[in-house]
Amino acid sequence: MKNTPPETTPFFARDREWHPPAFTPGYKTSVLRSPQRALISLEGTRSEITGPVFGHNILGEFDNDLIVNYAKPGEMALGERILVYGRVLDERGRGVPGALVEFWQANAGGRYRHKKETYLAPLDPNFGGFGRTITDEDGGYAFKTIKPGPYPWPNGVNDWRPAHIHFSVFGHGFAQRLITQMYFEGDPMIWICPIVKTIPDENAIKGLIAALDMQNTIPHDMRAYKFDIVLRGRRSTFFENRKEGN
Amino acid sequence: MVQPLTYFKESASQTAGPYVHIGCTPNFSGITGVYDTDLGSGPMVNDQTRGERITIRGFIYDGAMTPLKDAMIEIWQADADGYYNSPSETRGKADPNFFGWARQPGDMATGEFAFETIKPGSVPFRDGRPMAPHVTFWVVARGINLGLNTRMYFSDEEEANAADPILSRIEHRVRVPTLIGKRDGNTVTFNIYLQGENETIFFDI
Repeated sequence: MKNTPPETTPFFARDREWHPPAFTPGYKTSVLRSPQRALISLEGTRSEITGPVFGHNILGEFDNDLIVNYAKPGEMALGERILVYGRVLDERGRGVPGALVEFWQANAGGRYRHKKETYLAPLDPNFGGFGRTITDEDGGYAFKTIKPGPYPWPNGVNDWRPAHIHFSVFGHGFAQRLITQMYFEGDPMIWICPIVKTIPDENAIKGLIAALDMQNTIPHDMRAYKFDIVLRGRRSTFFENRKEGN
Repeated sequence: MVQPLTYFKESASQTAGPYVHIGCTPNFSGITGVYDTDLGSGPMVNDQTRGERITIRGFIYDGAMTPLKDAMIEIWQADADGYYNSPSETRGKADPNFFGWARQPGDMATGEFAFETIKPGSVPFRDGRPMAPHVTFWVVARGINLGLNTRMYFSDEEEANAADPILSRIEHRVRVPTLIGKRDGNTVTFNIYLQGENETIFFDI
């Protein structure tokens, strides 16, 4: 972590025309799980601008390697080996250091390791499907995994999720808390998915699609996908008692 | 032409989905052997934690009054003296024996969630007025496209609640009770209604 004082200013307002609205009937479960009344606006108080920060002591040695973190000794998960990397930034373009990033996904055949999951594609005995890491001083993160398969789900009669990895991210304030999904460049399933289509703005969708990065691909080992995550920015402290500026 | 404002846009939210527990509470979902414990699970207090022990429990109901059995709830609160355990807390040092954050899934059979914590102290509003003791809630689940923020206040703090800068400016007074956890002994019951007659107040924070 850089030796700069913690920031205590309120966050930029969330653009709720950029995020998906709560009520998106094409995604059926949202119909009964969406508030109908307007949200009440609450300019950042101390309860929102503060947030938990996690230390590296929570991390195990292989928490950022899904190819081996559930595998039997000497074995590995089956599927397309990939490296997913990027930065956690805020809306001002600054790296967010020390941010906990958690991720989970289905296996190469689109099967989740979850007791409520009934898809006929088999489990991979060497794949758990989750991991976590903490961003470095520039906001960078990386993990190894296998590329998840697409997955059918009971929404429309023939709806399939595109290949995706779920991300849960903590910034420095609880108001930055975000869960989202990463998609893969070139996947034709993205544009017909009812969950993707909850997002009204095409550019917001493009912001969730990871690019294939052949420069960071490791020859004869694994391909790389780059996925940057942007959290809310916060106001500058132009007129507060901080001579060092902001 | 003017100089461009070169801000990025926040990454768009997506639902946590039905299998959020795989990533966030894997041991709870039956996947053991990777993480020793689930992050944020278990009691939030130890023997040294200052403050009054309470248990917060409740259900999250959808618009058909059916409890959600696949939600994940996170809370964030101040310590007994009103300090947050966060680098952004600049007024003083929080209780080192109280982290202030926790997450719990709803029970897979009933949907009930529970947190073993302490009653938080009062935290000042931006203008310095005291806010009544409260716990910040964040709810994600299948069918929720962007995590929902709300607050739980305490039924045994009537006077402080009446003076609270947030509660006191809510126009529809009839909705205020949706933010009040009902205290009975050391148990505080806080049900969250996503939609309908008793819809809980959610905040754009």
